[in-house]
Amino acid sequence: MAIFDEELNALKEKVLKLCCMVEVAIRDSVHSLVERNSELAKEVIKRDHLINALDVKIDEECVKLIALRQPMARDLRFITTAMKITTDLERMGDLAVNIAERAIELNEEPQLKPYVNIPKIAEITQEMVRDSLDAFVRGCSTLPYEVIKRDDEVDDLTVKNFNELVGFMIRDPKIIPIAIKRTYVAKYLERIADHATNIAEMVIYMCKGKMIRHIAPTES
Amino acid sequence: MVEGLVNNNIFEMKDFSIYYGHFLAVKKVTLNIGVNKITAIIGPSGCGKSTLLRSLNRMNDLIMNSWVEGHSLFKGVDIYQKDTDVIELRKRVGMVFQKPNPFPNSVYENVAFGPKIRGIRKKSQLDEIVENALVRADLWKEVRDKLNESGMSLSGGQMQRLCIARSLAQEPEVLLFDEPTSALDPISTANIENLLQELRKTVTIVIVTHNMQQAARVSDYTAFMYLGEMIEFGNTDTLFVNPHNKLTEEYITGRFG
Repeated sequence: MAIFDEELNALKEKVLKLCCMVEVAIRDSVHSLVERNSELAKEVIKRDHLINALDVKIDEECVKLIALRQPMARDLRFITTAMKITTDLERMGDLAVNIAERAIELNEEPQLKPYVNIPKIAEITQEMVRDSLDAFVRGCSTLPYEVIKRDDEVDDLTVKNFNELVGFMIRDPKIIPIAIKRTYVAKYLERIADHATNIAEMVIYMCKGKMIRHIAPTES
Repeated sequence: MVEGLVNNNIFEMKDFSIYYGHFLAVKKVTLNIGVNKITAIIGPSGCGKSTLLRSLNRMNDLIMNSWVEGHSLFKGVDIYQKDTDVIELRKRVGMVFQKPNPFPNSVYENVAFGPKIRGIRKKSQLDEIVENALVRADLWKEVRDKLNESGMSLSGGQMQRLCIARSLAQEPEVLLFDEPTSALDPISTANIENLLQELRKTVTIVIVTHNMQQAARVSDYTAFMYLGEMIEFGNTDTLFVNPHNKLTEEYITGRFG
């Protein structure tokens, strides 16, 4: 295998490692809320610096590869995609931290009502994250298009969650601080789904050389 | 036939083949060269790119046993028809080679050589042509005080620009560059590349280069050749970011063979 191919593989492995770390952070942050496990939430917050450090490391390696190897065609698209999706991944890690922070606060309060919408939003969001990352690993497939389509479901559920909580707040203003935090969590998850959509769009660019960002959302 | 641009193409090759004896060096190439555009031809050694370039002003005529098939139209007129004035063609389609090759003469005489052959004798007119060509080749400021010194005394980059000025003095419509910077350092290379961008405003440029980054930097269109065939031709941006052909992809990503 040529040295450049080895370097590209090493870069891909680092991106995959970052993907795994972010997936775990999102999963644990949601568990820490739904299972009211503040220790797990603290773990998520504690581990975030590892995600940040790997993001920086990947960016540095991408810049080095561009400078030293002057990549073309699919190599160039792979490296630019890696650079862009690591930014999305790092932001997803930050959002997992935000969820964990709200979980710690909410876990100290009595439960307003059992979590129904948030686990649903979390399930779809985590599927989107997993599929977008699978698409990055596997390359060309229909997966990224499916991820993009599912973003609307998350948006709709987030609005539904918000409306329900507003209803609760109107009926009982005392629960406003708790309810607002629950709307935040749904919003964080909705943003994570947006980042998964960004990744799916970049994977389509990586595979086909076609930028579909900010054009038709479900073009195939 | 009356000359004229066809679809803004200054050259149109249709099923154009070049042979050296029985050897088919360029196979049925169909290629259009846009006027006032920079077209790069890339490909591995021996793919026929220089042969194709040299055919554009019939430099291959100088090689024994070379012959062609198909059509190569310059402004709509086939340059390989019997009554083509090859000297006139080479005046209109100039060439700059890999290794700077100034005449063993003064800077001034190098540039004035072509116009003198054309019969221009008036000193003031020659002075104007020489200055104008040297300015266009971005060399005037460096040589204005040493016009009578030997062209061979200049640096490599300056000599190459002197050769460009020598071609420009003939007021060509097309300039062919065969690996023009492969013998130059990075600064001289950058100077020539900047110069190409200036020249394209008035001259159509076709450049053969082994340096893919150079093709990507300077050209509007790129053609990729392999074993005498035109594998892919297109917009330079597209060809280097998202080539359509697998062979092109393998070549430009360095995974060839």
